Amino acid sequence: MNRTVAYLAFRSIFGRRRGVLLFVLPGILFALAVLVRLIAGEDSSAITSVLYGVGMVLTVPLVALVAGTGVLAPEIDDGSIVYLLAKPVSRQVIVVSKVVVAIACVLVFAVVPMAATGLFLNPSLPELGLGYGLGALVGGVTYSALFVMLATISRHAVVFGLIYVLIWEGLLGSLLSGVRWLSVTQWAAAVAEDVSDDPGIGAELGLTYALIAVGVVTLVSVWFAGTRLRSFTLSGEE
Amino acid sequence: MSTLELQAVSRWYGHVVAVNDVSMSIRPGVTGLLGPNGAGKSTLIAMMSGFLAPSSGTVTLDGGQIWRHEQVYRAIGLVPEREAVFEHLTGLQFVLANAELHGLSDAGAAAARAIATVEMAEAENRQISTYSKGMRQRIKMASALVHDPAVLLLDEPFNGMDPRQRMHMMGLLAQMGDDGRTVLFSSHILEEVEQVARQIEVVVSGRHAASGDFGEIRRLMTDRPNRYVIRSSDDRRLAAALIGDPSSRAVALRSTDGGIDVEAVDFGRFSWLLPRLSREHGITLLEVSATDESLESVFSYLISS
Repeated sequence: MNRTVAYLAFRSIFGRRRGVLLFVLPGILFALAVLVRLIAGEDSSAITSVLYGVGMVLTVPLVALVAGTGVLAPEIDDGSIVYLLAKPVSRQVIVVSKVVVAIACVLVFAVVPMAATGLFLNPSLPELGLGYGLGALVGGVTYSALFVMLATISRHAVVFGLIYVLIWEGLLGSLLSGVRWLSVTQWAAAVAEDVSDDPGIGAELGLTYALIAVGVVTLVSVWFAGTRLRSFTLSGEE
Repeated sequence: MSTLELQAVSRWYGHVVAVNDVSMSIRPGVTGLLGPNGAGKSTLIAMMSGFLAPSSGTVTLDGGQIWRHEQVYRAIGLVPEREAVFEHLTGLQFVLANAELHGLSDAGAAAARAIATVEMAEAENRQISTYSKGMRQRIKMASALVHDPAVLLLDEPFNGMDPRQRMHMMGLLAQMGDDGRTVLFSSHILEEVEQVARQIEVVVSGRHAASGDFGEIRRLMTDRPNRYVIRSSDDRRLAAALIGDPSSRAVALRSTDGGIDVEAVDFGRFSWLLPRLSREHGITLLEVSATDESLESVFSYLISS
């Protein structure tokens, strides 16, 4: 972990307009929660729809997408990454620092809002907020590492991230049951369900598999992103 | 004292050869990498700075590999051509961050020193997004100097600078060369390179076209055949007088708009002779213009010689 790299990553996210999205996404989640509370009260299926259907499926991955790509992709796009890489700093340290910043954003803009929304929707069942908060944390960590890695592979990391979240997990995940094995949201859901005891989530994977998958994907993503940065190529005038 | 060594270096992208079998040693002092746009200068600098792997050949700094060896940046300072820096930071924050990334014990003092060196102290607290092109170049320079590197690589550093900034930068580079640093900068402007570089490496179409001190390169350029269009009060008599001297190889009357085309093979003698011949024959010179002074023609001559 390098403090300066983390500071630059933090400034990179909040120095650009896309940083506003980090405030908007949990805002939408909470606004929906207020609406549901007003209309449906403490109806469990409505609560699950908000927390899982909106929070876990959309808010967490989209916050992680904005944060994970935001810490690296703009620097690669405009070439300013050169100033980071022309330094005697391990590429793995650079990646870890950026992933940590992305995770911190996920923590503030997805995990805490998810837990708070859970408590708001059902104050009598604190496990609900805790479960969704932990699920969001597990999913957010994995997504962050994955999207940082994606930013080192393609200049269209945001597009590919959206395809993964919306098409692979959202569309294909609802049509093909096998997709769940390769779905970060499903892994996070397994954690959320285990802690919150909310049967409405309907997680189909075991907790052990989910935790192993999360660990493997996170570690491989960080390692691969470091390897990519080690071979970063500067395109010149030619 | 550090030496960058390129041995039979080539770099290609698919079927396009950007750099073709280049060997050169960049030693302490200021070296100018001269060549027209698209000649391969940036590709060479990218390989020298560890941001591009050669397709074949080796690039080493004091015998050690550069590509994928991040510790080499303790000795290298890089000023890339692209303008983009961390726009949302102030100049001071940017240079300070660079100093911290180098792990300097007193990063604040190093940043202040580098900023003073490039004369940016007054604007150090302004956001980089508000800087002019010349100011950006200087703050980039400060970021490359902050760790006092033995090797400084600059890609088109004079781009966007006004004459005063340019003179200052040239003085700075010359001073660093005199201090024993290995300084290499690229440019497509001969006069720019000539003023500051002791050693010039000429690159054309990815090939190493010429190498030498500025005197040698200048001689290569001035000793080549020069073509001129001359208009005078009596073109025919002037043409006869010019061809009578060995400094001109070919003289032709222009059929369309008058004047004569002259190919001079001895630039020094020709430029001495022309006004004298005109005066002797009572001919008024109306126009003397070089037709092949463009850098491209100079380079094409160099590469064919």
